[in-house]
Amino acid sequence: MKHRTFFWFFLPTGLAMLLFIAAPIVSVVTQSLFAPHEAVLVTVESCGPFGCREETSIDQDATRELREERPLGRFVGLDIYLDRGHLAFGEVAEAWQNRTSLSDFFKRLGNLPFYRAMAFTLTYTFTVTPLLIALGLMIALAVNRLQAGLKGFVIFFSLLPMIVTPLVGSLILFWMIDSRGVLGSLIQWAANDPNLSLKASTGLTWVMLIVYGVWHSAPFAFVVFYAGLQTLPQDQLEAAQIDGATRWQQVRFVIIPHLMPLVTFVALIQLMDNFRVFEPIVGFNASAHATSLSWIIFNDLSGETRQLSAASATSVMTILGVAILLSPVLVRTWRDFRSKH
Amino acid sequence: MFLKKFTTASAFAVLAATGAQACEITARVSIVGNEFPAIQTVGAEAAKCTGAEVKTNLTADHQKINLPGMQGNPAEYTSAIIANSSIVALMNEDVIRPLDDLVAKHGQGLNKTQLITIDGKIMAVAFMANAQHLVYRADVLEQIGVEPPKTYEELLEAAKMIREKGIMENPVGGAYAAGWNLAQEFNNMFLGMGGEFFKAGTAEPNVNSEAGVNALNMMKALSEYMNPDFLTHDSNATNAEFRAGNVALMNMWGSRAATLVTADGVPQEVVDGFAIAGPMTVNGGTTPASTLWWDGWTVAKNISDEEAESTFIAMMNGIRPELMQDEEIRTQAVWLIPGYEPTPAAVGVFEAANAGTIPYPMLPYMGLLHTALGNELADFMQGKESAEQALADVEAAYTAAAKEAGFLQ
Repeated sequence: MKHRTFFWFFLPTGLAMLLFIAAPIVSVVTQSLFAPHEAVLVTVESCGPFGCREETSIDQDATRELREERPLGRFVGLDIYLDRGHLAFGEVAEAWQNRTSLSDFFKRLGNLPFYRAMAFTLTYTFTVTPLLIALGLMIALAVNRLQAGLKGFVIFFSLLPMIVTPLVGSLILFWMIDSRGVLGSLIQWAANDPNLSLKASTGLTWVMLIVYGVWHSAPFAFVVFYAGLQTLPQDQLEAAQIDGATRWQQVRFVIIPHLMPLVTFVALIQLMDNFRVFEPIVGFNASAHATSLSWIIFNDLSGETRQLSAASATSVMTILGVAILLSPVLVRTWRDFRSKH
Repeated sequence: MFLKKFTTASAFAVLAATGAQACEITARVSIVGNEFPAIQTVGAEAAKCTGAEVKTNLTADHQKINLPGMQGNPAEYTSAIIANSSIVALMNEDVIRPLDDLVAKHGQGLNKTQLITIDGKIMAVAFMANAQHLVYRADVLEQIGVEPPKTYEELLEAAKMIREKGIMENPVGGAYAAGWNLAQEFNNMFLGMGGEFFKAGTAEPNVNSEAGVNALNMMKALSEYMNPDFLTHDSNATNAEFRAGNVALMNMWGSRAATLVTADGVPQEVVDGFAIAGPMTVNGGTTPASTLWWDGWTVAKNISDEEAESTFIAMMNGIRPELMQDEEIRTQAVWLIPGYEPTPAAVGVFEAANAGTIPYPMLPYMGLLHTALGNELADFMQGKESAEQALADVEAAYTAAAKEAGFLQ
């Protein structure tokens, strides 16, 4: 393609990317470096149905002047990134100095919102992603061997977890695993412990969220792998069969190498998605046991006083987190690309 | 019976018709607010005005959208229905207008206590009061032979007896869901213990105190008698437990108590045993472990004077005294509207007001403390850390947020 043709071809996409991806990122980064002006407080009398009281309020006239002078707020540099709600370097250093043992240090670290969220997010990301790839591959292989008449039907059912809205899916599971729900009662019966509650235990809540994550995302891996299986060269498979390869050996040495680029693709997308885990935490009401960076952003924005700067800083850290997470895969893809050219 | 129904219905129809005739507006009205029955009524009645469009957007997520929807110029929402906690967010950002001139022109017939006056300026018109108070099963308490508890200590004793007699495994209910609910239960208990949220005259937090530790210990003791999933139970889930007959004693919102057992499928013994009392005290204190709330409406600043006037007229129509004749509307809330006669469901909120319950503080930085409490107390409730550590975490989290928001240096 000529450069000129390419330019005009790419222009609409480029503009859209600039407007909908680049501009919001610039805005979020800017916002995270500024904080609201220092409040000018006054004590006023406030009266209502329950009588009069002295209350502190914001002096609107004085604050308006400040705002008009500097509409972005006050510049705080990286202060918000370093405060207790985010990287909390000061608190981490203190925890390290006052530690009695290494596990004590990690316990103190787990008391800080960012590190608590990272502990769950990373555990979730690195268990859900491989599990869903394995499960997706198994479903794809199984469905591929079905007779033609059944396939459409089974494919539809396998896709259901992905079709159901995440929040609705997690709510359905949430009710089922309630200590009075179908699954909750079954687990109590199986463990022979009438007081066992999935929702009251941090460990079991994590397992529940991970199971949900795999259930929800496996269909995506399945669809991609199933499509990949349709392009599998039959002669290779037949050659392997003639050589006496077992079914497992065919999968291990013929099918998986053929699907490898797709595995990379699914891993990339799912690492990114799972790092931003959010809906199940809200759907399962699990914030007492598990939080994520996305949940922190939501929480900052949904209080009675919105914390825009804190939410922006966490957003920027999420973008950086995704970039770091994807860098090994991206580097590998780049190397493969270079070696082929 | 039929005749009575017929006359009430026709009387109401006439009233509604006259109300609609009286309410003429000339500019658009757009209302945002919460979704519980009393507010649905106010919204629906305001929308009966004719002459211009009245839009309502009543949703549980109103707090997430009311401020952004009023910051533009012109504002999308001309009125926000808020409570004493949420008016602060609107005042902090200066998006609502003083109503003195409109009250003088169109506000005849309002009780003086309905006017929310801040620094001498009327900023909102309140129409209902709310508080959390005791809701209990009279039949169960009769069975164990105790009076309805007046203190949380008595409640614990009753709970112990109910469990020991094998009547219920987890007889105490509470909206202890991590987040806003858990923080609100702490606020109640903390005020009951005589706590002060902030060091006098400053935005410095003051919850890591003896009152704070005592409040948390009492909450922990109560949770021993709750469904083990209590950290996921909000008001709705707690009410469901009560309706199912699993709970005999709970601290519940007045606005939800009136309609608690009217849902379908509630067992007859729960309907019959359902009873309401005032809020309880704790630790020998005299201030009830609860907070007082009002709900009211505001008028946006960034709209034309004509729109503001129309909004005021429509909202006044939504809270006109004639509505208090309607039995169903009357039971929906503890109305502050003139002509309201309390129903039996209102007794809890009235007792709360009479017993000197402290109103939820209208401080610019209270929302940040509430958020910090909601995030940091769950660890203590699960037994993962001490009360002192949890409260120190709350203060640290609040301080970081308050510094960012410019309330602390």
